[in-house]
Amino acid sequence: MTKYIVQRVLSLVPVLIVVAVVVFLLIHLSPGDPASVILGDEASEESVAELRSRLGLDLPLYRQFFVWFGGVVTGDLGDSIFMDMSVTEAFFSRLQPTLSLAVLAQTIAVGIALLLGIAAARRRGTLTDQAVMGFSLLGISVPSFLLGLFLILLFAVKLKWLPVAGYAPISSGLWNHLRYLILPAMVLGFMQAALIARMTRSSLIEALGEPYIKTARAKGLKPGVVTYKHALRNAFIPILTVIGETFGTLITGASVVESVFNVPGIGQLIISSIQRRDFAVIQGSILLITVTYVLLNLAIDLVYGLLDPRVKLNGGRGR
Amino acid sequence: MASLEPIAVSAPPGRGRIAWRRYFSNPLLVTGTAIMSVVALLALLAPWTTSYDPYSIETLNRLQPPSGEHLFGTDQLGRDVFTRVVYGIRVSLLVGASVTAIAGAIGLLVGLASAYSPVCDHIFMRICDGLYAFPSILLAISIVAIMGPQTGNVILALTIVYIPSIARIVRSAALVVQEKTFIEGLRAQGAGVFRIMGLHMLPNVLSPLIVQASFVFAVSILTEASLSFLGAGIPAPEPSLGNLLLDGKNVIFKAWWMTVFPGVFIILMILGLNLLGDGLRDFLDPGAGSNNRFAKRKKAVRRRRRRSD
Repeated sequence: MTKYIVQRVLSLVPVLIVVAVVVFLLIHLSPGDPASVILGDEASEESVAELRSRLGLDLPLYRQFFVWFGGVVTGDLGDSIFMDMSVTEAFFSRLQPTLSLAVLAQTIAVGIALLLGIAAARRRGTLTDQAVMGFSLLGISVPSFLLGLFLILLFAVKLKWLPVAGYAPISSGLWNHLRYLILPAMVLGFMQAALIARMTRSSLIEALGEPYIKTARAKGLKPGVVTYKHALRNAFIPILTVIGETFGTLITGASVVESVFNVPGIGQLIISSIQRRDFAVIQGSILLITVTYVLLNLAIDLVYGLLDPRVKLNGGRGR
Repeated sequence: MASLEPIAVSAPPGRGRIAWRRYFSNPLLVTGTAIMSVVALLALLAPWTTSYDPYSIETLNRLQPPSGEHLFGTDQLGRDVFTRVVYGIRVSLLVGASVTAIAGAIGLLVGLASAYSPVCDHIFMRICDGLYAFPSILLAISIVAIMGPQTGNVILALTIVYIPSIARIVRSAALVVQEKTFIEGLRAQGAGVFRIMGLHMLPNVLSPLIVQASFVFAVSILTEASLSFLGAGIPAPEPSLGNLLLDGKNVIFKAWWMTVFPGVFIILMILGLNLLGDGLRDFLDPGAGSNNRFAKRKKAVRRRRRRSD
């Protein structure tokens, strides 16, 4: 087991290096001098030169990388040019809405997905099964922002049940907090449910085909007991994996939905920084998000190894 | 060793007809191609399917609801929404097709090279792992935002983002093919690297490549729409389904048609491409598909055989 953990952790090193290099190079993609792009056309020569030296853009590229990377390793991601705070502060001040949204969305997703996936697997090949698969196909075919707009049209514009967009912190009361989060959480939850339901269905179908299920049935156990106590338990590990992975994408990939619903989370921070060309924040947040995602996947893999003794110690799970 | 000719002669008669029958017995593939043909025709024949200009502004006709004259209504500048949707589909298809072609070609080369040479494998696959770790939308949006919102940059950004997914699929398919005895035989005969890769490996990795390419087509259309919707995609006056929806969002209280119609077409396109991809998978590789009756029968036979062992 220790060997597996060490191998898995070591395999992250090259990934993280590539991630750091790509994030570092992002800023150099800009046509022309990043300093003058940041400051705009009206900036004077002196202020551009000053920003250049402050950002270290005068150094050769590889030295710039090491200066930047040295900062990253010690936890210094630089300062925002537009907000009066460091990138790390900006990032963590926006974490709470994103986390709230992710937790609510994942609760919705898991609820729907388990219900549908189990129903589809038990009635394989029937109309129920096809309906669930159709739902799941729709879930991966509808862009998140579009579903968001449709839900806004229905619940906020036509029925006027919920606010169009915005956010209230949890300190303003739980219901007030949730009222704003329901629509975006439904959007994200629906998309994730599509993936989780697929996985639930296929892994439960596989488990139901195992010989011990036949034994359980032959013993005369009730179909419900067979499905839930015997099959579902064994089918649960891949389901847990996909739940963990989708939670990772929720934290990292909610940016579009956040900007549709004006939720002041990390996604919106990145998008507004992009509009303001606040390069340090873009770099820092994307780096933090990607590293979080990679570490979450690592955690899932390790838990997976702990839960399932069948996991081979010398190889990870393919992606 | 003129072994190629007899194969062509001994090909079973009516192979084309069998392929057609298999095509029509695959509802996913048929629906997918039908949807995509209709959408593509509508877009490619844009100058004939609509009599309006996508850019002509008529302030007197602002925000008109759908009518016989303006099928999908008009937008905040009086432009015909149907026309803009049709031209927007053109942009989506252009972006999707370019990204699929370029990422497909590069991914194919990278995948084959990685399967063939362990050195390439280490370098390319680590880069792919790194790129794969990024949330794709965020990577694409930052590339486009920093390089400037232009159609070319959108295509470039999406290509970078989706090369790894193609390269991985090609690599794993090529690794399987490489183990086959016929490749070993070719090597023993002294066939060169390029001969083996180009003439023997390539045809055998084509079907997973095509299936993956159809999914890349779908996600690049989806991501382009998201980028344009966020204002970091196709620049403003040019219609794209994403920026049509951005316009629609600003007047969502007054003009539902500006959100609903472009939205329905995005869903149709992506649904069509996903159906096409699922269908192609069953069509090209009958063993893997689960919706295919042929495959089901084959699986049942296999299961029965296993049981009787």
